[in-house]
Amino acid sequence: MQVNHTKKLVSNLKRATVIRGKWNGTKYHVIHKLGEGACGVVYLCERNGIETALKLGTDSARITTEVNVLKSFQRVQGKRLGPSLLDVDDWVTPGGITLPFYVMEYVKGQELATFLHGKGSEWLGVLLLQLLMDLGNLHESGWVFGDLKTDNLLVTSPPPRLRLIDVGGTTQIGRAIKEYTEFYDRGYWLKGSRKAEPSYDLFAVTMIMLEVGGRGRFERGSDPRQTLERKLQQATALKPFTPLINNVWAGNYQNGLEMREDLVNLLQRRPEPKKRNMPVSTRTSRRKKTKKTSFATFEIGAIFVSVIIFYLIYMLFFL
Amino acid sequence: MKKGTLKQILLLTDGCSNQGEDPVAIAALANNQGITVNVIGIIDDDQSEQPEGLEEVEAIAMSGGGVSQIVYQQALSQTVQMVTKQAMTQTLQGVVNQELKQILGEKKTFEELPPDKRGEVMEVVEDLGETCDLEVLVLVDTSASMTPKLATVKDALFDLSLSLNARSGNNRFSIFSFPDKKAPIHKLMDWTPHLDGISKIFPKLASGGITPTGPAIKEAIYQFGKKGLFGSMKDASEPYEETGF
Repeated sequence: MQVNHTKKLVSNLKRATVIRGKWNGTKYHVIHKLGEGACGVVYLCERNGIETALKLGTDSARITTEVNVLKSFQRVQGKRLGPSLLDVDDWVTPGGITLPFYVMEYVKGQELATFLHGKGSEWLGVLLLQLLMDLGNLHESGWVFGDLKTDNLLVTSPPPRLRLIDVGGTTQIGRAIKEYTEFYDRGYWLKGSRKAEPSYDLFAVTMIMLEVGGRGRFERGSDPRQTLERKLQQATALKPFTPLINNVWAGNYQNGLEMREDLVNLLQRRPEPKKRNMPVSTRTSRRKKTKKTSFATFEIGAIFVSVIIFYLIYMLFFL
Repeated sequence: MKKGTLKQILLLTDGCSNQGEDPVAIAALANNQGITVNVIGIIDDDQSEQPEGLEEVEAIAMSGGGVSQIVYQQALSQTVQMVTKQAMTQTLQGVVNQELKQILGEKKTFEELPPDKRGEVMEVVEDLGETCDLEVLVLVDTSASMTPKLATVKDALFDLSLSLNARSGNNRFSIFSFPDKKAPIHKLMDWTPHLDGISKIFPKLASGGITPTGPAIKEAIYQFGKKGLFGSMKDASEPYEETGF
């Protein structure tokens, strides 16, 4: 009963409620609710005329875990891996209950699907480049985002920029994924483990693509892998990205930057005048290409050598 | 801190017990033996969120030192792994709290530390959660009303092993069902690190009419003492048994 009561309290704060920090004494005025997560509720608040996002929770341990992640991002803030952390404190409610909270920079933006509505697939490509850059940096600093989903993405503008907002699932590489959402989870689709590896995030990226490029989320059905293949075929908007997605599903990328590289090649490719476009440089085809070149070099070399031999014999004969 | 083993009973049920000892009391007994009791109450999709008879779910988990949740079938997989992990954190935090009290004096708990210090403590708790060994005994209620839910239970348990086996620590699972004609519980799967073979055992399940939850938990406690797979089995009165390296 007590727990339910506290949860209700946390998610029903009225406008102009004052949240005063027990340790730092900073006052925040509630404007409205921004969203509700697994371990707390995020409110838009105002502090000295500045808008901030305040996450109020019931479980001190989980709030602390998230703060730890935000703090470690702070150390590489030059690369901007998530919203910056402004304050961490407790609020003692008028009823005497102590609730933990932390305050972040308020990221104001549009949902991904709203932003993409009515725009061409080049915009999806551009935003994906940004996302993969952020993920790549995250991976390089030893983290996996984990709970990557459209709810945790916002497009700020101008200029349009995709931002990661909820870091609750962020996990150190090599550990077990802390938090996930089934639709984006490769384990759920029988496409791999729940170990925090960069490729875990990349799978979630492909699911975001299927969601916004197709018709939203879907059930896994009796044969999850087949369902994925079918949905990919049905999503006509994703046609240019099909080889990229298949590469992720085949586990061909080690981290976000590798996938980004292929996406860059794919987006910058100009339509060729004569033949129909050949698929992107998939990892395998690239390998084949290199093989082909080396074979060609070998051929040229062989011809060259035989010409010289022929010439030498010719010279000897006539000497 | 040393590496240790967490012991949990995960009870999956859809109703109230109706035979034998009071499960709430038996859960307290389990907790006293260093075993955490978690309970998940499964409800049908057309049921309201607070159906009668399921109040017991919260009471059992509370006295068993564990976590409880009432869910619709479709959310079962995610709930099972969440409840298990949450209970692990809770237990580990309890242990860390104990140590804190010893270091900082009687009245200091995690929540009373300044936010800065909490971060460091939480890192320790997380490290432990990632590396500790875990034993989960799954106790499935197979009374008649559970029959249509068993396929979902099977998927959820398979999913649980997927989640837990992503950790660095070792896992052991075993699965028991109740009621059984001859004994309080019926062994479906002996202690094993993976639940890959789970598909084979579930079709064999027969449903019964009564729900003797109390006796079932009591017998489950005994199952932890029975096997000696994990090093020494001391009389564990602490929730976190330190086995050393």
